[in-house]
Amino acid sequence: MIPHSFDYAAATSFADALEQVAAGAKPLSGGMSLIPMMKLRLAAPERVVDLGRIQGLNYIHQDQAGIHVGALATHFEVETSALLRAGCPLLSETAGWIGDVQIRNRGTIGGSVAHADPSADYPAALVALDARIVVASKRGGERTVGANDFFVDALTTAAEPDELVKEIIVPVETMGTSYQKLLQPASGFAIVGVAARIGQDGHGRLGVTGLGARPILITDATDLAALNTTEANSDIHAASAYRREMAKVYARRAIAAARARA
Amino acid sequence: MKRTITVTINGETRSDEIEARLLLIHYLREVVGLTGAHIGCETSLCGACTVELDGKAVKSCTMFAVQANGRSLTTIEGLAKNGELHPVQEAFWNEHGLQCGFCTPGMIMASKQLLERNPNPSEGEIRHGIEGNLCRCTGYQHIVNAVRTAAERMK
Repeated sequence: MIPHSFDYAAATSFADALEQVAAGAKPLSGGMSLIPMMKLRLAAPERVVDLGRIQGLNYIHQDQAGIHVGALATHFEVETSALLRAGCPLLSETAGWIGDVQIRNRGTIGGSVAHADPSADYPAALVALDARIVVASKRGGERTVGANDFFVDALTTAAEPDELVKEIIVPVETMGTSYQKLLQPASGFAIVGVAARIGQDGHGRLGVTGLGARPILITDATDLAALNTTEANSDIHAASAYRREMAKVYARRAIAAARARA
Repeated sequence: MKRTITVTINGETRSDEIEARLLLIHYLREVVGLTGAHIGCETSLCGACTVELDGKAVKSCTMFAVQANGRSLTTIEGLAKNGELHPVQEAFWNEHGLQCGFCTPGMIMASKQLLERNPNPSEGEIRHGIEGNLCRCTGYQHIVNAVRTAAERMK
């Protein structure tokens, strides 16, 4: 499993990375998605720009707008951040379900959301949280996209080819939350995963990953009709009918667990 | 296009000229000659290739060697000091935490990471901590015992 040859440059700053991406280089963050694809030669970029040496873009801090998570924060940093555990526990809990400890040590939240794998964990939490994703380019500067608009289709986001994810902004939580996941046991990817934010009255929002090409947002947790989608994913691990049923099972579990914490 | 990287491996700094596409595991095994980290699945699932990069356990099959430029690596060969096994190595020996031994280098590196972050893990936390490492021989029971024994030793 040897990738095609490529030219490599390590970005010295975020501005440098934007410049290189604008010139056609493929951004490499933690590499937990891109490197496997390059090894399988499903991806064969001619130029790779390594974001891993950009200093300071793994911040997690809070202001009036919410909690800001820098794109290079690793899943381990999101999982263990005291600020997130207290202020947005759904994001930390979800991060803790990604892959395994070695993957969480390398993989970054920015890389994961930019990759937009239909079985990734973060998208469920981010649409449930109504998170905002800040993207930037050399050409157009920064703009902010709501999570539900950001995830367009499988492996496709609202970010333009010359844009990089800069940060994710999540709200300070006021509801009970839980992420419940049926995982594919070899890869750890979600067959279905449900992120729930529920109040004491049982009302709230859900984000569902694994079921469709993009995460499904349910704005009224008492109505799970959207989980009967006719466009459910189907693969060797789970047929679409099974996925639909499991989505309902895990939605009910997530709602109950979240409500118990409300 | 080849480039020069400088890395510190088990305390010794060295420079090598490599291709950007060279995976870290191939660099360690074929260029440096350290064959302790193994190539199992080569798809970042089995964990046999686990090494430490700046103190964090990583799967060296899913990283380019150029990404380690300027950084510090520890492999299984770097754990024993002056002929004394690391407590995790000794516990795997004493508790028979292996059978064929193929997964053991990665299993020990992952266990070391776990105990550094959580010196007193429950059985569930041990199993969660080594979920990125597959063992096809032991059924994990002796491995969990070994990690628990190592935790006691390291207190």
